[in-house]
Amino acid sequence: MSALTAVATLRATETGHAERLTTVRHDHLDDRPFVLVPLRLAGEACAPLAALAGTDPADPVLLTVRQPRDRGERFLFVERLAALLLPYIEECRTAETETYTMGRGPDKEERRRPLRAPQLLVPNGDGIAYVRLLGRLTRLRAVEGPYAVDPAVPVLGKWLTWFADRAEFPGSGLLQAMTRLLAAHWATGQSAAEDSHLASLLAWIDPPGGHTGAEAAREAEDPLLYPPAGPATDVVFDRTLDELMSRYDEAGDDRGREAVGRQIDRELRGQMLPTWELMWRGVELLRELPEGGHVSERWAYDRRLFAEYAVYLDEDGRPQARRDHAVGAARRLARMEEAMARYDAERAFDDPLVMAEYELTGEAFTGVVVACDEDRFLPGARSPKWRPTITVRSELPVRLRAGTEIKCPARPGQKAEIVEVSPDGNGHTVLIQLNGGFNNKRKPPAPPGTLAEVDETVTYTSVDPKSMPSVLPAEEDTPWTHGGPPEPYEPTDEDAEEIWE
Amino acid sequence: MPPQHPFEPSDSRLATLRGPRSPQPYTARKITALTANPACSRRAVLDAAGVDKAVLAQRMGYEPRFGQSPFAIAREQAFEALVKWGGYAELIRLLREQLGIPVEEAAVTDLSEVGGDTSLNRRATETRHLLKRLASGSDERLILDRPLLTLEVAGQTAYLEPQALTHRVGGLFYLAEIRSFPAIDGQANPTAVAQTAKQAAVSVLALRRAFADMDLNPEQIAHEFLLICPKDFSNRPYGRMVDLRQELDALLFQLTRLRRADDLALGLPPSATLDTDRDEAELDASVGALDAAYTPDCLSFCEMARYCRDEATACASPTRLGGTVRNTLPGIDSTRTALAHLEGVHAPGPAEAAAIDHLRAAERLRRLRRGGAA
Ligand code: SF4
Repeated sequence: MSALTAVATLRATETGHAERLTTVRHDHLDDRPFVLVPLRLAGEACAPLAALAGTDPADPVLLTVRQPRDRGERFLFVERLAALLLPYIEECRTAETETYTMGRGPDKEERRRPLRAPQLLVPNGDGIAYVRLLGRLTRLRAVEGPYAVDPAVPVLGKWLTWFADRAEFPGSGLLQAMTRLLAAHWATGQSAAEDSHLASLLAWIDPPGGHTGAEAAREAEDPLLYPPAGPATDVVFDRTLDELMSRYDEAGDDRGREAVGRQIDRELRGQMLPTWELMWRGVELLRELPEGGHVSERWAYDRRLFAEYAVYLDEDGRPQARRDHAVGAARRLARMEEAMARYDAERAFDDPLVMAEYELTGEAFTGVVVACDEDRFLPGARSPKWRPTITVRSELPVRLRAGTEIKCPARPGQKAEIVEVSPDGNGHTVLIQLNGGFNNKRKPPAPPGTLAEVDETVTYTSVDPKSMPSVLPAEEDTPWTHGGPPEPYEPTDEDAEEIWE
Repeated sequence: MPPQHPFEPSDSRLATLRGPRSPQPYTARKITALTANPACSRRAVLDAAGVDKAVLAQRMGYEPRFGQSPFAIAREQAFEALVKWGGYAELIRLLREQLGIPVEEAAVTDLSEVGGDTSLNRRATETRHLLKRLASGSDERLILDRPLLTLEVAGQTAYLEPQALTHRVGGLFYLAEIRSFPAIDGQANPTAVAQTAKQAAVSVLALRRAFADMDLNPEQIAHEFLLICPKDFSNRPYGRMVDLRQELDALLFQLTRLRRADDLALGLPPSATLDTDRDEAELDASVGALDAAYTPDCLSFCEMARYCRDEATACASPTRLGGTVRNTLPGIDSTRTALAHLEGVHAPGPAEAAAIDHLRAAERLRRLRRGGAA
């Protein structure tokens, strides 16, 4: 955590309300996200108990398993979830498409991708883990033979696994945990552990009238008002549920059983409904934030990956292996780190409050332009090169050195470098040479807007989102020698009959 | 404050504090909690006195959120029964698999009772007796199911109840713990494994000390233990040997640092009480007089957490916000002080000056760069 976040947290403890950490929203929020609030049976690795799911805030679909120890009922649950999620995925896949270019030079290629991609929202990090496990449980199942399951089951499993894999990449918006989204944009006056509780995090951000966030957050910890956001259930609720399930098993006739079954459904719905509402409240709050500059670009990349995976499923369709092979895992880690660095840099370019972190560490500075030499040519060269300079005065000390390549978020296409840094009062004066970004012009005057004017406030930083591969090659396009693509997995009989008890 | 009866045996001081209720046993979980937060005198004294912290918290108006779901209990029991079925057949199979050596079958003795007697003392004596017999060279093959071990911790006798101790295999006795969290594709939840390893380390240490006391070679107790948990999504047992050397070293180190609980209790006024049948105000005063060291981690393991959290909030302790905030405030013991420094209300001392300067710079940038973001 940076000092800026610490200060925001301190301020939140003082005011009793969450403090903004960003000036814009850095994550894509779809017009039609698919919200999933899952519950699983305590003590089990992954026994679905219930879910509220769907794209309509006013009309969540309730899925329940009245007897979670029954294998058939579990698969029925998966089928019903598939019946909701797969059409949603299909809807995105068949949306209108756009053209984009892949690669450069002779390898350049035009491709198409849909304008939509699915966005799956779950309450918290455990929700993501649940998606991963449910995917693992279902993707390797056979649709023929003695242990055959409904064909939708393994398809759902492959998609869920894909979502969970993408969720590990910073900047990807395909599967997101609401607590993480909110905590990335607001600092509360409580710890990160407490922020993983959706109700109390939202209470800090958006307390009900007449309460401070701090008070509301404590009230939100009451499981009677706000049951756990899943997938774990409340222990006290489990006792009620246990009784009902025993009555369900022991019911003398179908009518009696159905009556208890409906009661189970009602109870489960009651446990999830408050979370469902919080999820949509979170969506609303995030939508109110203006979107950051790079968000749509990152979402476009998500859309591309979505399209590619959909094609892969049509053409090959083999599921992800039980475990990543070593090369794949190493490569994946490297890609995750790249994604993190790129995400951080892009956010800094989109948001002065994030850039402030870099200012604080000395990787960026802000100042006023005090002089500008538009007609400067680089001395000594055989054919003199046009290289205008600007002089920027920063009130704070500048820690970047002469020779450092820098960029200004206001003119991200313009390369620049520091020529000289000289002390000036408490701060520094920096002479900056501009190495381009004049619409390909080779001599003065600079086209309007391309050259910072005297008195303009500018920020320069050594961080550069464009210095990193802005779009990674897809797994399928990576040669084997570079660790990809992973060998698709051929499920075995053992996978098909894997016990789920 | 000086103790009223300095020569009174300490145990009785703790017993007096607890009052007439019967003491809660001191368990491996309590030891690991103590070593997880060694700075906390409050928990140390409460546990040493055998106070039921859940009841205490409740008495003081904080309903603790702990407990086990009936579903989890049922699953756990079913899994345990499965592992123990047929004379611990699964345990033998897993030992063979993990050690890669022949492991002979063995008889099993259930130490959860001795001839119908379930008292801790009786079980501990019987366990000791059997250990001596098995370890002093007899080639009897016997698995001890639910042995009861004792360990002296901070002046208290702790009772430990590991799941099982194997017979001698390749010259070593192995501790086995059965847990109901799954190992999926060979990987179990690392936090849960670490927690189990810590508890196993306590048992291994107790066993080694017991051996040493009986003049037997303590190295006969393996420094790894067999963790048994359900495989993938099934109920089938999966086993893995987990090395305990690091945990043992850490445990030994932490145990030497723990102060005796009765010494800690000496700081309490003579009128203090931890008797959960007394009224709230009295309890509050006594508990409040014991130094706590609240961090957000407490919420995950200590019944007193919400009481301590309110106290930490009232005195604006920076640790309540988590380690990262705490680290940006070195030497500053209150978030109110930090805020006052930010306002420039009072000047920081030389020790805090650098940290405060940094925070002020952050604050200033935050104000300048936030634009319209309220
Ligand atoms: S919650 Fe309180 S008593 Fe428990 S360990 Fe933390 S500080 Fe100590």
